[in-house]
Amino acid sequence: MAHTPLSAAERALLDTTPPRALFAALKKVLMEKGLIAPEEIPAQIALTERASPLIGAQVVARAWTDPAFRAALLSAPARAVEAFGVSLAGAPPLGILENRPGRHHLVVCTLCSCYPRALLGYPPFWYKSAAYRARAVRDPRGLLAEWGTVLPPETEIVVVDSTADYRWMVLPERPAGTEGWDEARLAGLVRVSDLVGMTVPALPG
Amino acid sequence: MNGFKPGQRVRVRAEWPERHGPVHIRTPHYVRGREGEIAAFLGVFPNPEDLAFDRPAPPLPLYHVRFRPEALWPAPVSGTEILVEIFAPWLIPL
Repeated sequence: MAHTPLSAAERALLDTTPPRALFAALKKVLMEKGLIAPEEIPAQIALTERASPLIGAQVVARAWTDPAFRAALLSAPARAVEAFGVSLAGAPPLGILENRPGRHHLVVCTLCSCYPRALLGYPPFWYKSAAYRARAVRDPRGLLAEWGTVLPPETEIVVVDSTADYRWMVLPERPAGTEGWDEARLAGLVRVSDLVGMTVPALPG
Repeated sequence: MNGFKPGQRVRVRAEWPERHGPVHIRTPHYVRGREGEIAAFLGVFPNPEDLAFDRPAPPLPLYHVRFRPEALWPAPVSGTEILVEIFAPWLIPL
């Protein structure tokens, strides 16, 4: 995101003001301008804190076991997820990226840290790092390999740079060897890094 | 404005408004001036460049634009592609 550089005076003030005072000042301005109501901040914090990668994992496990849900999730993601019981109230549009044999997705936000928070909660620290954001678009195959995700050379890696209004989650492939597993057991396999595409779900050991 | 079709070749405008004053831009530097193709129409959203400054924000078509790494990087990594959400005014038909 491109912003004007701060003046030296603004920078000094930001560096020396306690974060709590900055937050109070920002909140006051937003309320005076009528952009937010007092109750909206705690409500939004509660919504994000309620969300966690477990919710995303449960959505994936349902998609792995219920072909009708999978089809609904891919054709109208927000509607399918809300029908599953996850509230996306006030959240940006949701996009689902379906991994298939030969086609893997990796999500990044090179501008900041856009992330499907309503579904996955707060992003992991590495997702917001400058190194991840730069390397995901520049050398995704090398980046994945460093995390032990070595994809066949013929597999196309699709990097999805979340620059505007959508929030993207990866629907990974169901690992071999999980035939007959129930949803809860399958959900236990899915990690947050699988939902971003840095890793792929695998059997333990 | 909303005339692009999937598969159509486009070039991202090589413009740098941040050089001239305060802006809020969702088009990353690394795709400006580069060629790609329309992958999908994603919908219509208020222009974030106006929203950020509390100006009236006209709705704009948003596209998923696909870039081959050869179009972006000096030493491209094979077998990869990059999808970026870009608003229509930033795109020039080729």
